[in-house]
Amino acid sequence: MSVLIFEKSQPGRRGITFSNSSDQYKTRIDKRFLREEPPALPEVSELDVIRHYTSLSQKNFSIDTNFYPLGSCTMKYNPRLNEKVASLEGFANLHPLMAQLQYGGQLTQGALRLIHEIEQYLCEICGMKAFTMQPMAGAHGELTGLLLIRAYHEDKGNQKTKILIPDAAHGTNPASAAIAGYDCITIPTGENGCMDMEAYEAALGPDVAGVMLTCPNTVGLFNPNIDKVTELAHKHDALVYYDGANMNAIMGRARPGDLGFDVIHINLHKTFSTPHGGGGPGGGPVGVSEKLIPYLPISQVEKRKDGTFTLNYDCPKSIGYLSAFYGNFMVNLRAYTFMLRLGGNGMKRASDMAVLNANYVRAKLADKYNLMYPRICMHEVVFDASKQAENGVHALDIAKALLDKGLHAPTMYFPLVIKEALMIEPTESESKQTIDEFIEAMRELADIAETDPDWFKETPRTTRVSRVDEVAAAKNMDLAY
Amino acid sequence: MPFVPHTPQDVEEMLEAVNLQSVDDLFEDIPRQFRFENLDLPDGKSEMEVFEYIKRLSNQNATQLTSFLGAGFYDHYIPAAIDPIVTRGEYLTAYTPYQPEVSQGTLQSIYEYQSMICRLTGMEVSNASLYDGGTALYEAIMMSMRVTKRSKILMCSGVNPIYRKMIETYTTNLNIELIETPIKHGQLERDVIGEQLDKSIAAVIMQNPTFFGSVDDYSDVCNMAHEVGALAIMSVYPISLSIIKDPGSMGVDIVTGEGQSLGIPLGFGGPYLGFMATRKKLARKMPGRICGTTVDSKGRKSYVLTLQAREQHIRREKAMSNVCTNVGLMALRSVVYMALVGKQGFVEVGQECFNRAEFAKEKLNAIPGVQVKESAPTFNELTVELPVPAKNIMPDMIEKGYAAGWPLDRYYPEMKNYILMAFTEKHTQEQISGMCNALEEVLCRF
Amino acid sequence: MVPENLYYTEEHEWIRIEDGQATLGITDHAQKELGDITYVELPDIDDEFDSGDDIAVVESVKAAADVYAPLSGIITEVNEGLEDEPELVNASPYEKGWICKFSDFDENDLEDLMSPQQYKDFIEG
Repeated sequence: MSVLIFEKSQPGRRGITFSNSSDQYKTRIDKRFLREEPPALPEVSELDVIRHYTSLSQKNFSIDTNFYPLGSCTMKYNPRLNEKVASLEGFANLHPLMAQLQYGGQLTQGALRLIHEIEQYLCEICGMKAFTMQPMAGAHGELTGLLLIRAYHEDKGNQKTKILIPDAAHGTNPASAAIAGYDCITIPTGENGCMDMEAYEAALGPDVAGVMLTCPNTVGLFNPNIDKVTELAHKHDALVYYDGANMNAIMGRARPGDLGFDVIHINLHKTFSTPHGGGGPGGGPVGVSEKLIPYLPISQVEKRKDGTFTLNYDCPKSIGYLSAFYGNFMVNLRAYTFMLRLGGNGMKRASDMAVLNANYVRAKLADKYNLMYPRICMHEVVFDASKQAENGVHALDIAKALLDKGLHAPTMYFPLVIKEALMIEPTESESKQTIDEFIEAMRELADIAETDPDWFKETPRTTRVSRVDEVAAAKNMDLAY
Repeated sequence: MPFVPHTPQDVEEMLEAVNLQSVDDLFEDIPRQFRFENLDLPDGKSEMEVFEYIKRLSNQNATQLTSFLGAGFYDHYIPAAIDPIVTRGEYLTAYTPYQPEVSQGTLQSIYEYQSMICRLTGMEVSNASLYDGGTALYEAIMMSMRVTKRSKILMCSGVNPIYRKMIETYTTNLNIELIETPIKHGQLERDVIGEQLDKSIAAVIMQNPTFFGSVDDYSDVCNMAHEVGALAIMSVYPISLSIIKDPGSMGVDIVTGEGQSLGIPLGFGGPYLGFMATRKKLARKMPGRICGTTVDSKGRKSYVLTLQAREQHIRREKAMSNVCTNVGLMALRSVVYMALVGKQGFVEVGQECFNRAEFAKEKLNAIPGVQVKESAPTFNELTVELPVPAKNIMPDMIEKGYAAGWPLDRYYPEMKNYILMAFTEKHTQEQISGMCNALEEVLCRF
Repeated sequence: MVPENLYYTEEHEWIRIEDGQATLGITDHAQKELGDITYVELPDIDDEFDSGDDIAVVESVKAAADVYAPLSGIITEVNEGLEDEPELVNASPYEKGWICKFSDFDENDLEDLMSPQQYKDFIEG
């Protein structure tokens, strides 16, 4: 079943050939610089390759084939126009250095205009003053934001060493703060599901460089005191970072910049429909308020007075180079295509329906699954399997049983502050009918958990493989063939 | 665009189920003074309108030029069979394979990718990929400091200056000392590095071929590093590994590189593919996702992400890295590329790149006043000295239809007469001759 | 299972004192919480450490727990058997699953650690 491409290899079999121009140059390099044997790549035909990777693909769940209620991941439909524009030769074949030749800007006006326009769109959507498209993923955006915060404080001569992070935060937040050279201080969640304001105020002080928040937070709630959170931080000249992972909840409804956030990253592969691709590539553009503009990474696209575009490398206070060129341009291109199609009105409607879908799920499952914070949620709702766990059925079991129904698992055991968490994010691209099927499945599983808890132990039964032995994988460390 | 499928009837029924009057009521938690009315952006457009607009922008880029730009990012032929596989929705729209039961396709392709990267580099383990070549090299530096518990890095000046700029950005706030080790006549100065190496050095960073195109055997440098307990790190150009000595047999400990040349379009700078491979004993210090084999509850061979206790979602601020992704689709592109070209085709590609560059050397050296710097062997990229500042010839060359290369003065002000030219299997001899003729004509004007 | 004659910490480590040398491991309670141990990162012999430093890491599939030094000292021996058989920490947390031995600690500091009874109350409370 799981035969490797290497095992299909036959000596001498060819996929694609290249013309061989001449052997006259072969001896021009001393043997000591050459490898003795060519790399042992497989020897297979083109059909072997097509059949192998097509058959592998059929062992995956994907948005195109299955509903993905995966909390915090915003698995919305990825429109195919995104892929069509990415195959346009004028972008796909464009060498990044073409922009840096003399007259360089002239050779890539279309690409530079696109970067400029998407920055303008994101500024309006988020209420920020400027954006950089350089960060190549959400976590890369976090690091960028923290480097900006650091540059700001150093420029002002501020002595600051700490970043405050709520305990419900994504794991990347503290990891990013650590590699930016900061100490992380964890703030607990209060009774209303939002950051505990008393603990927050107590932790604030002159040594706090910034606060990293997700809003709505990972429990799926919009903190009604969010403006006070940013205001308090600013009193200590601490900057407030907006983890934009949950931006899909509030497009056209609220803007982080208006709420007082100083720096923000957006996950293009979440909110703006670029494909997840089985784990990347992503896009993590970063937006800033006025006071952080001088520190933005090099280079920056600028619009000249004559309406043409150029790259500015003269940024003396900049944090420097984050990516080799202009970030994941082809991801940005896809995201911009999505923005143009939806438009301002469509983006607002997208967030509205994402939030309505999540609340609908909340209302329809609240009698079967425990809700630690029973109030209106944003684009995702966090149940937990604490009722079911009393019968020995855990969040993991429910998730695995869903797979048998052709439904992807929700996010489990996150946020860490909720035991047995089941985090559900239906996204706006799913219809009421699909969501009703999901609700039906979840209700059925809750019933089985009461009547026949042992049934879960063998789930999933219908997938290509059943539950795997992760302990053996970690011990054996068979990582290459 | 009708992106949301909700009919007015659906919305009404759903609002009733949640016991609210209107959609606005869902946003009551947003403080009243911050509730936003309408984005100041144009309304949505049809698919056709958007496509025409984006296509118009794409036509405002000079991809019609015959380009010899490289500098770590190369225009190689992309076989036709890659796109149909990679755009399959089952790969394109799948999530990170955290649920192995429904992700065996992605997981096995990652395992095959890891295996191929190991075979290319002569290493034992590879991760599932990182953002790009520059960030992979940065991660290797961080990894060497975890392994050795030291904080000084020797950076050979043959390492791509673009990467070095990135690494400076990432490390300014950390307690890391970057020390430059010079190259002379295309080769690392062994005497200097001998003096620089001591027990405070975490790693020596090399690049083969160097940014300037020269190839070397670094076995002796790896030995020197190991003698003082430092790691040897090498950034490589994967296509060169078809014929050039692999880092594994030189004794390198961590190999990184930019995998763009393995079937990934230039795409104006990304997304690309950072790869990283190492020795088995260092695997637990490596950042990034890793796929391994195991069995399922019925004893069937299966694949699963493993060694996750290194990663941010478990270790938070103590993780090996904040990286939370691989570049899955790009890794898939490269694995399909490597399978399609196969063992023989890969050598053909590499040999053709080398041949083209050798042919170009002859042509370039025949132009009065032009000289290829040739004190060390090269693979496919040449540092070429011109009789005038390289910048000055660019406009005329562009007018004749050539992006002749990258003037080196951007990072090396003292090298204003030098240009870096790259050659791949896509260039015909006619194109190379044509570019050289154009260069000769243009130089006559000065 | 909380054996007598050992000292305990709030971080779920135990210490055994024999002949002026201390042996350190994680408790039965800790190994149960972590689940199947897949890897133990051991300190190096002759490593000097202060109390509160992290000196080892115990990894399971879903977690990585730092082992903190309850006292200051110098590593004299590590349990190399854990390199091939990390599961010894699960099977025999107080005997075959020990992690490291160290010397040069201050005996007075032992008073700050928990007794078996205190630890029992701690994990049950």
